[in-house]
Amino acid sequence: MSQQAKAPPVAPAHATPWAVEMVDIHKRFGAVRANHGATLRVRSGTIHALVGENGAGKSTLMSILYGFYEADSGTLRVNGQPVRIRNAQDAIALGLGMVHQHFMLVDTMTALDNVMLGAESSAWLHKAIPAARQRLQDLMQATGLHVALDTPVGDLPVGDRQRVEILKALFRGAKTLILDEPTAVLTPQEMAQLFEVLRRLRAQGSTVILITHKLKEVMALCDHVTVMRAGTVVHETPVADTRVDALAQAMVGRAVHLMAPGMALADKAGEVRLAAQDLHLTDAWGVPRLKGVGLQLRAGEIVGVAGVSGNGQSELLDVLSGLTAPQSGRLGLNGQTFEPSAWLNPTQARQLGLAHVPEDRHARALVMGFEAWESAALGYEAWPENATAWGWMHRRAMQTHTADLMERFDVRPRDPLLVSAKFSGGNQQKLVLARELGRAPTVLLIGQPTRGVDIGAIEFIHGQLRRLRDAGCAVLLMSSELDEILALADRVVVMCQGAVTGELPVAECTETRLGVLMAGGPLT
Amino acid sequence: MNHPHLLPRWADLVVLPLINLAVALLAAGAVVALVGQNPTEVLQALVHGAVGTPRNLSYTLYYATSFVFTGLAVAVAFHGGLFNIGGEGQAVLGGLGAGLVALWWSAHLPAWLMLPLMVGAAALAGMAWATVPAYLQAYRGSHIVITTIMFNFLASTLLVYLLVNWLKAPGSMSVESAPFADSAKLPGVHHMLAWLGVEWPSSPLNASVLLAVAAAVGVHLFLWRTRAGYRLRAVGASETAAQYAGIHAKRQVLLAMAVSGALAGLVGVNEIAGVAGRLMLDFVAGAGFTGIAVALMGRNHPLGIVLASLLFGALFQGGAEVAFEVQGFTRDMVVTLQGFIVLFSGAMSYVLAPVLARLLVRLLPEGARYG
Repeated sequence: MSQQAKAPPVAPAHATPWAVEMVDIHKRFGAVRANHGATLRVRSGTIHALVGENGAGKSTLMSILYGFYEADSGTLRVNGQPVRIRNAQDAIALGLGMVHQHFMLVDTMTALDNVMLGAESSAWLHKAIPAARQRLQDLMQATGLHVALDTPVGDLPVGDRQRVEILKALFRGAKTLILDEPTAVLTPQEMAQLFEVLRRLRAQGSTVILITHKLKEVMALCDHVTVMRAGTVVHETPVADTRVDALAQAMVGRAVHLMAPGMALADKAGEVRLAAQDLHLTDAWGVPRLKGVGLQLRAGEIVGVAGVSGNGQSELLDVLSGLTAPQSGRLGLNGQTFEPSAWLNPTQARQLGLAHVPEDRHARALVMGFEAWESAALGYEAWPENATAWGWMHRRAMQTHTADLMERFDVRPRDPLLVSAKFSGGNQQKLVLARELGRAPTVLLIGQPTRGVDIGAIEFIHGQLRRLRDAGCAVLLMSSELDEILALADRVVVMCQGAVTGELPVAECTETRLGVLMAGGPLT
Repeated sequence: MNHPHLLPRWADLVVLPLINLAVALLAAGAVVALVGQNPTEVLQALVHGAVGTPRNLSYTLYYATSFVFTGLAVAVAFHGGLFNIGGEGQAVLGGLGAGLVALWWSAHLPAWLMLPLMVGAAALAGMAWATVPAYLQAYRGSHIVITTIMFNFLASTLLVYLLVNWLKAPGSMSVESAPFADSAKLPGVHHMLAWLGVEWPSSPLNASVLLAVAAAVGVHLFLWRTRAGYRLRAVGASETAAQYAGIHAKRQVLLAMAVSGALAGLVGVNEIAGVAGRLMLDFVAGAGFTGIAVALMGRNHPLGIVLASLLFGALFQGGAEVAFEVQGFTRDMVVTLQGFIVLFSGAMSYVLAPVLARLLVRLLPEGARYG
């Protein structure tokens, strides 16, 4: 077949050998070509980035490597040997290890038990446990991946859980690690630590394949980068020979303008639209989540909420949008005041012109099983344009309206009858934005607007938020991406452990200053 | 991991169920052959028994009527995210409701008032019986599968208690109430056709079959055309998304089970007002449980449920005929056949999907695959 003709020249004998070679991989799901002649070669002892937009086929390619799927055609070689990988066990036996984006850990078991699970050295645990502990301690020493071995994984911070996942792979003898979007859940500090560990692993001869969206990481960490688009490899280069904009262009297939600096419009900000005072929230387990948070949101400004995730930002968004009532505090929204005893509810919030794009798209923003036109009315299903007073839905009108929204917000494919789950992450997010922004809200609360969204869509979403701000909307932006906050916000509020630790105009923000505030320390 | 099959819609809704049905018949045929019978002869007898004569067809439709009610009941609950196993008990209560109003008032009220009253009483009683587990699920955290199963037992013992101690006709040997007055009897389809001048053999098939069609249409409109149905489905598909939308999930649980219970209760209309003309024991005869299989096979869609009900009605009626016609073929064999159909069309309905998907990729040109 054409495989022979397509294969590039073999590496010169003096170069380091290939750890992984995937040649001319084809894989289709029904009518969808997930991989279409993709070729990936990873040199042993390097950190290799695999980048591409959502749906470019990187996850499928890695799933084939790890044995979740079998390729329809193509050749796989590990350390130069042709192999067939039918399941994860085959992959592990070949020294491959995968760290998934969504951790595969048993939360109630300790870190040690999780690592050992399924790889016990003996059926008798009184033998297996000490052996595993010894090996793990050696591993932690060698790699710098330190975790509390006897703490239940559910009680560990996210960064530590990821370390457990990496340890799990190494414990099983992985020489080649595949990391799927490892930094999506990490704080800047945790990220730096992870990079340190990966560099150390490389120095010890391990190979790392890093699947990512974030080109900054590629530049900072990787030796080599492969760019995928539409199921195939479009670009491959040593990192030293490329730049972020070149990579972005290769990913999207056209030039992109990212992260243009925000124009501080603080002086143009108008009247106060939303004012929260002294919010206190304790969750069902008695853990205080908000401790006296107060903030103001004015017309025509974007206020960014920065902080390490899990420091009360999500809870703040829930309280402000009416999903959760706090124990004490007070909220003013477009001239109305709410006390905890009769807190704002989501229906009232919408009627008062507050739109909310929740951070958890899958669980909250969309009903995945609903067709797009149904999801496009979620929360607004009782509004006169969607239903009669007797409760009959205006089906046709809703579908036409959705088609119109899809046009305006560039949701692809433009099919109002397609089930929400079948859109890609970026297009799902655009559908949510279309619903929430389409009604010209006066206040917008938005959490993680671009999480899991590809570069082209990020550019579009940022543009929409700026336009909304310029039209006089008050926007509260919560994001775990500092870059995003710095690019969009006029003012930044930093949270730590449920309290606001500082507030800065964006012009005075530096990563260090924000880092100090995020850690809870006062600025000196 | 959830592997995408990516079947075109028409293949998913039409081809796959037909293949499943064929496989079930093959498996059943193999078993029939194993016990020394002739599969084609049995199949012929089955088809003839189900639809071969107007009378047989009427029996098939009569069984199907009850299955439509219970199947719809399961489907409505399912769309609300709930598994209602209590169709059996709700149907018992439906019959009890219809029977009690008939016993009290049928001697005094005309049919045009009595019959709607019985339908309403059946629906209300079934509804009331279903809302108790619903309340316990929504506000007290008791799992609805467990409570609805238990409520089936409660319902059947309640019926026995009332019949034995209160409702049994004095001096009668059998455990059943006195017959209702004529105003409490739904006209049979053969009566109705006679009014139109059409001759049709007498059978238990009665006006409830029209009620079943109306219920199927009504459920479709409710679920997919009304705001209430939209909210119910939103809660069923994603409670967190519903909460975000400002929908009260607990109320939707109550609503879903109320509608579900009312539908199951209508079985009482078919059996008590349509056929028995009196209250008796065991009139539900497993229709509540068959409804689960029907809903499963009908993909919880009203049209699918009507089709699946017809299939199950045909199996019940045809199976009874086969047991009668074919020497040495017992009712148990018929149950085996039904089991295969539930197994292949319900529980294992997607087992063959990847095979079909691969086949379609090979057979069809690119463009034709999106249906």
